[in-house]
Amino acid sequence: MNKELVDKIKNNHDYQELVSKRSSFAIKLTVAILVVYFTFILTIAFNPSALGIPLAEGSVTTIGIPIGMAIIVFAFILTGIYTKRANGEFDALNNKIKNSIKED
Amino acid sequence: MNMNRIFLFLILGTLAVFASGAIEGEIQKQALNVSAIVMFVIFVGATLGITYWAAKRTKSAKDFYTAGGGITGFQNGMAIAGDYMSAASFLGISGLVYMKGYDGLIYSIGFLVGWPIILFMIAEPLRNLGKYTFADVASYRLKQMPIRTLAASGSIATVVLYLIAQMVGSGKLIQLLFGLQYEVAVVLVGVLMVLYVTFGGMLATTWVQIVKAFLLLAGATFMAVAVMAHYDFSFGALFSHATELKGIEIMSPGGLVSDPISAISLAVALMFGTAGLPHILMRFFTVGDAKEARKSVFYATGFIGYFYILTFIIGFGAIVMVFQNPAYLDIAKQAIDGGSPILGGNNMAAIHLSHAVGGDFFLGFISAVAFATILAVVSGLTLAGASAISHDLYASVIKKGKADGMAEMRVSKIATIVLGIVAIIMGIAFEQQNIAFMVGLAFAIAASANFPILFLSMYWSKLTTRGAVIGGSLGLATAVILVVLGPIVWVQILGNAEAIFPYKYPALFSVTAAFVGIWFFSITDSSHDAEAEREAFEAQYIRSQTGIGAEGASEH
Repeated sequence: MNKELVDKIKNNHDYQELVSKRSSFAIKLTVAILVVYFTFILTIAFNPSALGIPLAEGSVTTIGIPIGMAIIVFAFILTGIYTKRANGEFDALNNKIKNSIKED
Repeated sequence: MNMNRIFLFLILGTLAVFASGAIEGEIQKQALNVSAIVMFVIFVGATLGITYWAAKRTKSAKDFYTAGGGITGFQNGMAIAGDYMSAASFLGISGLVYMKGYDGLIYSIGFLVGWPIILFMIAEPLRNLGKYTFADVASYRLKQMPIRTLAASGSIATVVLYLIAQMVGSGKLIQLLFGLQYEVAVVLVGVLMVLYVTFGGMLATTWVQIVKAFLLLAGATFMAVAVMAHYDFSFGALFSHATELKGIEIMSPGGLVSDPISAISLAVALMFGTAGLPHILMRFFTVGDAKEARKSVFYATGFIGYFYILTFIIGFGAIVMVFQNPAYLDIAKQAIDGGSPILGGNNMAAIHLSHAVGGDFFLGFISAVAFATILAVVSGLTLAGASAISHDLYASVIKKGKADGMAEMRVSKIATIVLGIVAIIMGIAFEQQNIAFMVGLAFAIAASANFPILFLSMYWSKLTTRGAVIGGSLGLATAVILVVLGPIVWVQILGNAEAIFPYKYPALFSVTAAFVGIWFFSITDSSHDAEAEREAFEAQYIRSQTGIGAEGASEH
């Protein structure tokens, strides 16, 4: 990639939009999974009994079980949300950038 | 110099183990299991057929390393999930749930949460910048020689440690399941994996992995459904029965992670380690573009998450159907240690459960799948190790990028055979050793050496070669030293009274050391080359974000 092309893409409005939108989206989702996971793991470290509370009176199932399962499902849903938006909206923007370079 | 480094590494990593004594008890060889052997022979026949088919399509280096880049997102997701669902995680995690209940789920979650982060941060730039190995990305704008040497050392160390752990595990498992001799089992695994990789390259390795992933998911689903059907699909009923047998403690966190430092350190190792495993990273080059790379992670996360939910049910199923079941009781061991030990140890819980729910035939099926799992995983590892040797060390460092594709491919095939021999010899040598720390060390090295360099090369414009080499080496050395001085190697294996480094997981410290080292030695680097490397970031970043100029992108 030569200097001229670098400058051209860098100043391309669509490129700037793509990078800023996608980065902020990716960072938000990363923070979401980190917060959920570290809340879980720090609860285990500092207050494990919190996850040992029974779901209902007299039930042996603890709230830790659905919470753990929910984290697994949450991780999967986040990847789905990102993939959907990146493969749709972001790729469309990216194609616009690619076409604009081809034009000249 | 490169070889010296690698050697030093292997010696450092394995020194402790030579001095150690036998920890695992004698494994009782089982009677020949006919249905298992028949099913296994069918699997091997089918995979050799795949290899033959793949060999005809593997002509160029690109075919060999990346299956020609023609794998779809769904297929790659399945293959990635297959790499991750090793025999160790199938038997190990279900065994952990069987033994400790909830703690097994904590482990699974840790292994899973690295995946979204790989998707959000790594997958796309990796696909857009690299060609065959993650070192392509790390060395994109830095000096080839030192960065490739370091990245290849990190890859080879990770691969060899993982490989030894898998080989020893497979020997024992096969001995137990098929009644084969340990050495025979190890040689068989080594020979088959060399055949798959040398002849079929990435295409065969990927399809063997996909077939196995499907069989494993199908088998595990059957077991989980059979267990749940027994309790009318009521988790409450399953859990109450399990707690009657094992006590209420299994329903909440136990002693797996006891203090905050260990908890965070384990989390760091699992998360960043996953993003630094060379055999996993390599899979992102087998798909056509960034779109398919993203889909790969989406499907992989789904399969892996589903698999962990199954192993959780399987572990509880084993508590209610295997624990205290006289059919699976190890009477000889009980006479010595008391309690209710099961034949082959806790990691056999899932295997015994397969017999409990499906009889001899299904036991045979699950045994064959477990063997297939080992084969598929060691093949992927070997291919990643061979690529680091041929693509990074031979073609880029020794030949300075001037090797022709055919010569490079020949070197990778030789490297595969050498790795196969090493794996067999190490597998036999380590039979009686405690290898439990090896996968942990592999993850620690991946998290502390591979991941920081890869991540910062993608996102930090001020990174320089000097910073990456010193910081990466620092992370690597810290990880190895802290594992050696930690409770598992220092106390359990070397027999010292007290650990010098008190925590089981070094990642929090070694990853920090790597990042701080890279940062410090980059910002203080005022050389002329460093200036040029910083300037080259912009063009690299544009390519990483848009894929303009990326490998294979022109075809689309």
